[in-house]
Amino acid sequence: MKNTAKLALASIIGACMSGAAFAQTATPSEALTLDQQVNETFAAVTGPFVSLIFAPFPGTSFPWIVMWLVIAASVFTIYFGFVQFRFFGHAIGLVKGDYSDPNDAGEVSHFQALATALSGTVGLGNIAGVAVAVGIGGPGATFWMILAGLLGMASKFTECTLGVKYRNEYPDGTVSGGPMYYISKGFDELGLPGGKILAIMFSIFCILGALGGGNMFQANQAHAQISGIVGDYPGWITGIIFAGVVFAVIVGGIKSIASVTEKIVPFMGLLYVGAALIILLVNFDKIGWAFGQIFEGAFTGLGVAGGFVGALIQGFKRAAFSNEAGVGSAAIAHSAVKTKEPITEGFVSLLEPLIDTVVICTMTALVITISGQLIMNPETGNFVLNEAGTAIATVGNTSGVALTSAAFGSSISWFPYVLAIAVVLFAFSTMISWSYYGLKSWTYMFGESKASEMTFKVIFCIFIVIGAAASLGPVIDFSDAAIFAMAVVNIFCLYFLMGLVKKELASYSSRLASGEIKKFKH
Amino acid sequence: MTAKLVIGLDGHSSGERALAHAEHLSKLIGDCELIVAYVVEWSPFSFQTAEENAQRHKRREEEISVATQRVIDPAVAKLAAAGLKASGLVRHGDVAATLNAISEEHKADQIIVARSSDGGFSQRLFGSAVSNLVMSASVPVTVVS
Repeated sequence: MKNTAKLALASIIGACMSGAAFAQTATPSEALTLDQQVNETFAAVTGPFVSLIFAPFPGTSFPWIVMWLVIAASVFTIYFGFVQFRFFGHAIGLVKGDYSDPNDAGEVSHFQALATALSGTVGLGNIAGVAVAVGIGGPGATFWMILAGLLGMASKFTECTLGVKYRNEYPDGTVSGGPMYYISKGFDELGLPGGKILAIMFSIFCILGALGGGNMFQANQAHAQISGIVGDYPGWITGIIFAGVVFAVIVGGIKSIASVTEKIVPFMGLLYVGAALIILLVNFDKIGWAFGQIFEGAFTGLGVAGGFVGALIQGFKRAAFSNEAGVGSAAIAHSAVKTKEPITEGFVSLLEPLIDTVVICTMTALVITISGQLIMNPETGNFVLNEAGTAIATVGNTSGVALTSAAFGSSISWFPYVLAIAVVLFAFSTMISWSYYGLKSWTYMFGESKASEMTFKVIFCIFIVIGAAASLGPVIDFSDAAIFAMAVVNIFCLYFLMGLVKKELASYSSRLASGEIKKFKH
Repeated sequence: MTAKLVIGLDGHSSGERALAHAEHLSKLIGDCELIVAYVVEWSPFSFQTAEENAQRHKRREEEISVATQRVIDPAVAKLAAAGLKASGLVRHGDVAATLNAISEEHKADQIIVARSSDGGFSQRLFGSAVSNLVMSASVPVTVVS
C-alpha cells in the first residue's frame, strides 16, 4: 500500500520538481521564460486531475463535486436535526470556557483549537476567493455562499467530533488526529472493509491539497500582492524568500516566527473586518440595495456569465474552498483539544464556517458590491461582461485580491497597503497550518521518522517556489481540485460514520438536559 | 485552629524572601500550615500553531515537572527541615487569579508573595501579577519587599 501511495505522489511531485530545480538556479534575465516554463509544465501535469474533479454532470455545466458538497452538508444538517442552530449558544459557552474543568488549565482549550483551525481557513479564500466568486457569479453568488456556510457548519461538526474521538494519543503526550485516523479506526469499529485504503486515499489528496490550496495558491496570491505594490518582478524570487522563511519555521524549528504570526494574524483579521464594517457604516444607505442585488442575483444572475447557475456554482465553490467544511482539514487542527467529550469540539468547530463564510466572506462581498467596482449597465440594471465574456467587467480590469483591494481602496485610500500586509501574513499562516495537515497525512503513510518528516517539509518548500512562479489560472484550478478531492473521500466515509456521531449527540444532549454536564465556576 | 498561609513563588530570588517571611510568620503563629504554590502563566485565549497544540499536553507535563523539581520541592524541603508543615502545588493560569483560587480552595487566611524586581513596559501598562493580586484577592495579601 505504501508503494502505491509513493508512486502516485512521485508522478506529480517529480514532474513539478524539475521546474523548481530550474527556478532556483536561474538568472534574472531568464526569469520570464522560466516562469512560463514552470507554468506550462504545471498546467500540463495537473490538467487531467483537474478535469476529473470538475467534470460536469452529463449534458449540463454543473460540476458534480459542487453537488457532492451541497448534498452532504444538507444531509448532515437534517440528520443531526439542525445541530448548527440548536447548539449554537452551547458552542459559544464552550469557547468561553464555561464547561472547562479548571484542573485542565494549561491544556489546549476549545478557544485555542478553534483559533488555530480558523487561522488555517481565514485568509485568501475570504479576500481573493470571494472576489473571484463575485467577479464571475455576481453579487448573487454571496447568497449561495452564505447558504453553503450555514449548511457547512453541520459538515464541520461531524468531521471534528470524529477527529477528536478517533485521534491517536501517544505515550509521550503528543496527539495526531484527522480523517485518516477516524476513517481507519471508525471503519474497523463498524466492521466495514476498506478503511485503511480510504484513509490512505484521503492522505494522498490531503498532501496534494496542502501543496495546492495550502501552499501554491497562497504563494501565488502573496506574490501578486507584493508585485502589485513594488512593481512587476519574477515570481520565483518571492517564492524563494517565502520558501526560506517557511523552511526556517518548519525545518529549522524557529517557532518564534510562527508564534509572532499566530499573534498578528487574528489582529489583521479584526482589522480587516473592522475596515469592512467602517466602509459599510459609511455607505449604510447602500446596504439595502446591496442585499437586494445579492438576493435578486441569486435567482436571476443579473446577466452574469452562466446566469443563476453560474452564481450558485461560484458561491458554493468558493465557500467550500474558504471554510473547508467537509474537506477534513479542520478535523486535523481540532483534534488536539483537551476534552473528555469529543462532541464538544464538534460544537465548537461549527462556529468556524459561520465566522469564516457567513461573517467575513459576506463582508468582503458587500464591500465589493457597494464599491461600484463591478460595472453595471445603468439602463438594464444588469452587469456588463468583460471582453472574453467570462466574468463581470470591473473598473481597471481587476480580479481576485486586486478586485478586493480596489474595492476597499475606493473608500479608504491607504487600505490596499494594509491589505497587502494582511494577505502576505494570511498566506504565511495558512501555509504553516497546511504544512502541518500535509505532514500528518504524510507521516500517517510513511511513518513518523525524522527522515520522512524532512522529505515532506522540503517538498513543501519547493512547491512554494512553483506556486509563486506559476500564473493564477492553473494554480487555482489545481488548488481547488486537490482540496475537493479530499472532500470526495472524506464525505464518502462520513456517511458511514455519521451514526457514531449521532450516538454521541444523543448521549451528550440527554446528559446536558439532565444537568449531569454542568458549567464550572470560574 | 490551624492557620493556613499560601506562598506564591515565581522561581526568582524574590521568592526566597517570601518564603523566609512565611517561615518567620508561621513560627510566631504556632499552629500553621504552609501551601507553596507556583503558577505557570497561561491563558486559554492565547493563539498557537497546530503543532504547538499537538504537543501541548506533553509541554504542560514538562512545565509542571520542571517547576516542581526546581522551585516547589526545594522550598517544601526547606520548610519541612525547619520543622514546619508544608505542601506544594503547581498550576497553570493567570497568576493573580490562580493564587486567589488556591487560597479559596484551601480556605487560607493569607497569601504571601514577594514584590518582583522585574519592571518593563507591559507591567506599566497592565500592572504586575502582584498588584493585580492585591487588588483582586479575597483574603489578606502580604507583599514582601
